[in-house]
Amino acid sequence: MNFPKELHYVKSHEWVKKEGGTVTIGISDYAQDALGDLVFVNLPEPGDEVTAGEPFADVESVKAVSDIFSPVTGVICEVNEELLDHPELINHSPYDAWFIKVEQVTEEEEYLDAEAYEAFTAEEAEE
Amino acid sequence: MKLIFERSVPGHGCSVLPECDVPTVIPEGFCRQSRPRLPQISENDLSRHYTELAKQTHGVNDGFYPLGSCTMKYNPKINERAAALPGFTGVHPLQPEEDAQGCLEVMHRMETMLCGITGMDAMSLQPAAGAHGEFTGLLLIKAYHKSRGDERRTKIIVPDSAHGTNPASAAMAGFSIVNVPSAADGCVDLNALQTAVGEDTAGLMLTNPNTVGLFDKNILQITDIVHKAGGLCYYDGANLNAVMDIARPGDMGFDCMHLNLHKTFSTPHGGGGPGSGPCGCKDFLAPFLPGPRIVRNETAYCMEYQNTSVGSVKAFYGNFLVVVKALSYLCMLGREGVREASCNAVLNANYMMHGLSDLYDMAFDETCMHEFVMSLEKLKHDTGVSALDAAKAMLDYGIHPPTMYFPLIVHEALMVEPTETESRETLDEAIAIYREIFQKAHENPDALHHTPAHTPIGRPDEVAAARKPVIRYDYEAVLSEND
Repeated sequence: MNFPKELHYVKSHEWVKKEGGTVTIGISDYAQDALGDLVFVNLPEPGDEVTAGEPFADVESVKAVSDIFSPVTGVICEVNEELLDHPELINHSPYDAWFIKVEQVTEEEEYLDAEAYEAFTAEEAEE
Repeated sequence: MKLIFERSVPGHGCSVLPECDVPTVIPEGFCRQSRPRLPQISENDLSRHYTELAKQTHGVNDGFYPLGSCTMKYNPKINERAAALPGFTGVHPLQPEEDAQGCLEVMHRMETMLCGITGMDAMSLQPAAGAHGEFTGLLLIKAYHKSRGDERRTKIIVPDSAHGTNPASAAMAGFSIVNVPSAADGCVDLNALQTAVGEDTAGLMLTNPNTVGLFDKNILQITDIVHKAGGLCYYDGANLNAVMDIARPGDMGFDCMHLNLHKTFSTPHGGGGPGSGPCGCKDFLAPFLPGPRIVRNETAYCMEYQNTSVGSVKAFYGNFLVVVKALSYLCMLGREGVREASCNAVLNANYMMHGLSDLYDMAFDETCMHEFVMSLEKLKHDTGVSALDAAKAMLDYGIHPPTMYFPLIVHEALMVEPTETESRETLDEAIAIYREIFQKAHENPDALHHTPAHTPIGRPDEVAAARKPVIRYDYEAVLSEND
């Protein structure tokens, strides 16, 4: 499984990329594998506020609907609308298929680096 | 097999109606300009088409069907006989009360019996199915808070193990949802619930026994916490088959609930419906119930309309003939039989669980109620065979798989509810099949990825069906192909 070094991760299985004041958010390779083939994505709108630890989107697989949690508090400046028509992109390349970009970030959850996150997923798979 | 559209031959048909000799009164602008493209097919071909379809299905009449939380019990033939009586089939919903006393008596008796079984004080038979009953119950809760001028109560608490319809019904009724996590034992986490309740709590939705097949022993504390916060408690009756005449939702502290006549009370469902989801409540909510109330005065049954009602949720009296079937079931069982049905449902589930627990991991290794949940996570880890593969493999043995991937709190879940109407021989047979699949998973896991091999349809592409559904016959594509 692939966990790029330059990204940050949270225990609810989202990844975070920081560029200047903008934070890009998506879901990890582990998350897309556990969810299975995604068939539908529900996204918020630009301008919506997100809160660290609260859901901002949901994804539907043939098995179930699952919430996607925001690792940060801030305001959404951009939404990846391509996912609406092509949810399979999340399965194919989870680190290119970003969900939202957030600005005016006031709070961030505690991040794990790639190594620590990989160890966490291994632990979770054991349980 | 051919679609009905592919069987169509221009000029064929089975209508023997004469030409219409009544003048058309529909204004020109509202008339369609071309004839509808319906299949043209003779009665004989039509009959063969549906017989062929019926041969490809699997119902309770074909074999074991242990779909968890669905209570796929046998539908006794006498129910159908009762519902086919001309007095029931020939009645018109607008017939005067004095002409329909028998039908009113059926509804009144049914309401009384269901109140007895559930510990509720009043019942409406109007909702057409389970989720419809949930929605109705939530409307009662909403109307109650509103009647007291308490409009801050906008949130419904739902545990993360709940049936998916619970949060969906609450959202439909205009509430927002607060999800509370389950404790490690699969039951409600009392601390999490205590934290979740407050001045904005409208109510709690719960099923007991819960979706992992366990009776929540803290139920009196749970309903007390919600009541103390000013909320009401809603009971999801989907799992009532475990506790009929043993434990009553009304005594557990619930204020309103629904029942599934098409599960617990043996009327057909799963494509064979229609269903019926009566909504019951305590006295203080009764003024809000939908539809007419059936009351008995000194001489006759009559209907009373309440101006405090939330309004009708379905035309007239709901799916009345389903109620007739369920009443027939209850009359056949009698008071003692109702309790025995639940006892045997619990016994059958435990019998199957014990026949499997040395091979399969049980999500919660304790005495279960009417259903139990297995986790195939270790099997998947060891052999690559998932809950989906195991379920598909069962189809080749001529039995229906259990519910898969539910509840969501158990990974690789298979949720088995055998019901009381299966014999010990059938259970033994099913146990042997489950055990054989477990062995095969270790010996030849690859073969299981390609099951079923002997069914009319193998593995449909669920992903393509969800991403690019084809829900309409494409005449244009066929026509251009023929050109």
